[in-house]
Amino acid sequence: MAEALLTATGLSKSFRGLKAVNGVSFSVGQGEILAMIGPNGAGKTTCFNLIAGAMRPDAGEVRLAGQSVTGLRADQICRAGIGRTFQLVKPFAGLSVLDNVTVGALNAARHVAEAKERARAVLDLLDLGRKIDEPASSLTLPDRKRLEVARALATGPKLLLLDEVMAGLRPTECDRLVEILAGLNRRDGLTILLIEHVMRAVMKLAQRILVLHHGEQIAEGSPEAVVRDPAVLDSYLGEEAL
Amino acid sequence: MTARNLLLGLLAVLIAAPAVIGAYPLAVLILVLHYAYLGIAWNVMMGFAGLLSLGHALYVGLGAYVAAALYASFGLPALLGAIPAAIVATLAGLGIGALGFRFRVNGVYFALLTIAFAEFTRILFDHMGWTGGSSGFFLPVEHGQLNPIALRGPPVLFYYVALVMTAGAFVLARSLMRSRLGYAWLAIREDPDSAAASGVDVFRARMAAVAVSSALTSLGGVFYAFYYNNMYPEQIFSMARSIEIILAPIIGGLGTLFGPVLGSFVLTLLGEGTTGLLEHFGWAAPGAKQVIYGLALLVIVMVQPAGLWPWLAKRLRIGRDG
Repeated sequence: MAEALLTATGLSKSFRGLKAVNGVSFSVGQGEILAMIGPNGAGKTTCFNLIAGAMRPDAGEVRLAGQSVTGLRADQICRAGIGRTFQLVKPFAGLSVLDNVTVGALNAARHVAEAKERARAVLDLLDLGRKIDEPASSLTLPDRKRLEVARALATGPKLLLLDEVMAGLRPTECDRLVEILAGLNRRDGLTILLIEHVMRAVMKLAQRILVLHHGEQIAEGSPEAVVRDPAVLDSYLGEEAL
Repeated sequence: MTARNLLLGLLAVLIAAPAVIGAYPLAVLILVLHYAYLGIAWNVMMGFAGLLSLGHALYVGLGAYVAAALYASFGLPALLGAIPAAIVATLAGLGIGALGFRFRVNGVYFALLTIAFAEFTRILFDHMGWTGGSSGFFLPVEHGQLNPIALRGPPVLFYYVALVMTAGAFVLARSLMRSRLGYAWLAIREDPDSAAASGVDVFRARMAAVAVSSALTSLGGVFYAFYYNNMYPEQIFSMARSIEIILAPIIGGLGTLFGPVLGSFVLTLLGEGTTGLLEHFGWAAPGAKQVIYGLALLVIVMVQPAGLWPWLAKRLRIGRDG
């Protein structure tokens, strides 16, 4: 594995005594795609929120390229180089598709005109180029998922956090998004951490898989090894795959 | 027809208007412009950044009292007095904003906070001896005087001052809306969490909205003080004034640039027209204007909740950013 871009150490978060995330440690290498899987309620999204600054961890540390970003605000994390999507998509509903992505692009641009330019390029990449003038509220769910990815991508992240962006997509749409993400990873060396239930996408994209269950990591390794792991089959995959 | 041509045409008509209209229509147009200006200022907070203020009378009152007191006590001309007036109002706004945003007082609760501050400032001024307390504060008036710097002169002077202020506020709002800060505001209005995740410093952007809005509003207060030459805490800081300020942008179209101007035209003309009509028939009906405002609001909310301007712009095929 290459040098670690993101390192999480002993991340913990409780909600009213329930340990949603309990001492989770992992790292994502520079240029790596790591998938986080596990049953609903395993603490995956909470993990994301802790990394992305939407919540403060009770304990533990997050480092990005060696620098501690623990407990920073969401906007500071974004500027530090982590772009994220929301599991329940949160578009700026009243704004146009272009304006949605321009907001993100302003992070990586010197002025509005440059941000718009950048936003257009990202939207083209995600096959939304023909819908830039439509209000985000009129998009279908698959388009909203793509918009969510576009906005995060436009911020110019070193690390992209994707929270179930494949959910609700048809298999062909899913394959297309996988292809786009794989391309970004290959060409631009974009590092990706994704939460995903769609195993079809996970198996194609992920170089490593981390499995969470009840807030704790129960397995970690190559996709081939993880899907044969008895603990994983028992707690998660088995429920659906067997 | 483009938005630009429409605006320039309207501006030309408004510049020429005093040459052809009488004293009463001029007074009505001054009111139209005054509320258009205040509407633009309030819209920066609510329409752009999604911050509901129901206490904007606070900034009108502070601006009015500060500039008037400095003029009456030290002879400071209104144009210079406007600077400390804006500073005081902005500090008040930032104080309320800091309280609200730090402690996550959002939405309706933030609106309640703004009402509370306006109300207790009203009570403070009601009991403050050196500005006349509840019996009001008056500016000395000399007839035949013309001093634009001190805002002393005939109604036509105030008309052009109001026109310059409104046009200036419009241009400022337009350039802000298209700036980095403007995008941050719109993003926060639509979804604060997504805005933060997109790298927007939500606290700072909100504070900037409050600062711009309160400073602009206080200048409207300075205008009010020197135009009417009298102010009573009971009126200037009243909840009713705060509501009056927000009607034009709501009816014209929240978050649009031209909405507050259109809304003010429609509302003020409706209100004055009704009052005039009733007087013509010899009916004194105090409160008739409020009833008309209420009805106008009701109709808009039911028929065109987005406001008159978005609807009209579509009819005239004008770009949505007009």
